[in-house]
Amino acid sequence: MIETITILGGRDKAGRAEPVRRIDFKMGDIVSVVGPTGSGKTTLINDIELFADANTPTGRSILINGTRPPLEYRDDPAHNPIALITQHTTFLSDLSVYDFLTTHARIRNADPNHTHTVIERTLGFANQLTGEPVAVESRMTELSGGQTRALLIADATIICNTPIVLLDEVENAGIHRSRALELLRQYRKIFIFVTHDPRIALLSDYRIVMQNGSITQVLYTDDAEKRLSTTVGKLDDALSNLREKIRQGERITSFELEPLA
Amino acid sequence: MKLVICAGPATTGKTAVLRHVIRKLLNAGQKAAFLKIDVQFAEEDELLAREFGIPTRKVYSGELCPDHCNVMVLGDALEWADHSGSDVLLVETAGLCLRCSPYVNGGLGIIVLEATSGMNLPLKVGPMLSLADVAVVTKIDRVSQAEREVFRARIQDVAPSVRIREVNALYGIGIDPLIGYIASMPDVQFDINHHPAGMLLRGNPPVGTCTICVGKKEIGWQSHFGVVRALENQTFYRGE
Repeated sequence: MIETITILGGRDKAGRAEPVRRIDFKMGDIVSVVGPTGSGKTTLINDIELFADANTPTGRSILINGTRPPLEYRDDPAHNPIALITQHTTFLSDLSVYDFLTTHARIRNADPNHTHTVIERTLGFANQLTGEPVAVESRMTELSGGQTRALLIADATIICNTPIVLLDEVENAGIHRSRALELLRQYRKIFIFVTHDPRIALLSDYRIVMQNGSITQVLYTDDAEKRLSTTVGKLDDALSNLREKIRQGERITSFELEPLA
Repeated sequence: MKLVICAGPATTGKTAVLRHVIRKLLNAGQKAAFLKIDVQFAEEDELLAREFGIPTRKVYSGELCPDHCNVMVLGDALEWADHSGSDVLLVETAGLCLRCSPYVNGGLGIIVLEATSGMNLPLKVGPMLSLADVAVVTKIDRVSQAEREVFRARIQDVAPSVRIREVNALYGIGIDPLIGYIASMPDVQFDINHHPAGMLLRGNPPVGTCTICVGKKEIGWQSHFGVVRALENQTFYRGE
């Protein structure tokens, strides 16, 4: 059973020691990684995904339950406790959604009698995250960016059921973010979001701040920020509505902009 | 001296994997030599010689099947590498043929596959995979976790005894076990004339004896002799 995952600090791009020397993520934590483009956010989650052992350019080490992760984590993806979903991660297989999920559920040793239920739950989860429902008979390669991202998250959470899920800038793909965080909170896992999105950052338990390749701060979401997150959500929804109206070819009146004033 | 033969379709990252292997061998105080076999163009030998200062060579197979070319030149190559004082000879093949396998008994056979090549690839590559010792899977960050798992399961279906290593060939992560596998191989034996002794090709290459091999270009089996094949028939022999 995985209870914690630890990052031991390495060095920044100039070779100086990383200011934050140790972070422990606990099961159930929802974490954001924030920082300017090029500050090393993606590199950080790559370190985690690769179980870095001072053998990546950053010199960081990753521990699981306080010790070095066993080799079979790397050797067998079906035992890997981490699922990584990046902006580039995509489905390449030209199968129907149903065939694909069935194949994956079988490999994950899901009870064959329950495969159908697992697939229904996965699709149900995905369809709460995306505005355009995924149909089981559609081909994987036909899915839109948002549908793909939603299905990847649902697959990682329900079929892989890995204790750790890394999500690299998934917000750009048009998934329902507040709903996603609400749903993910029902699963006792560690979710790490690399994000530029204030909404995701403020709904997280804490955020890791990156600069010039190293972790400079860990900020816990305080009560004031938690209260603000509701307002941020409303602003964000107003912008989403606006975006949707533009998409639908409608004119914009001052009404939609009121929450922003 | 140990022998490593590395195969795999074009652009999967064979050279990227071998580069990390060479770096780790050199760091461990070992000497490595490198031979590239390709059809008509290769520059890996020059790149690796420049980067590591190790003895490297290349062979163009030209008119000869590149995997057959490998068999032909491997004896000379082992002698060359041994004379140069190397502890390991790494042979990178052209990796073209889905019916051949370039591995020999006594040498470590590595196939490099990319996770992006589609989940059915393991079912298509044939003996290049099933006769290998290790399957190295690259580009794992480009596909979904689900497809990585299916890709791996498909390799295991086709080649249950092949060890699978998922690596990040950009950072060289996951390469270390390959160094252990190389160390566990037997040394190449040389006879009194200093020719490699007792090394045999694994598996049987397909029969390739027909008049197309010697330059006849007419379409249709009726124009050919030797081992031929009609659409509605298995291969058969035509001729005297």
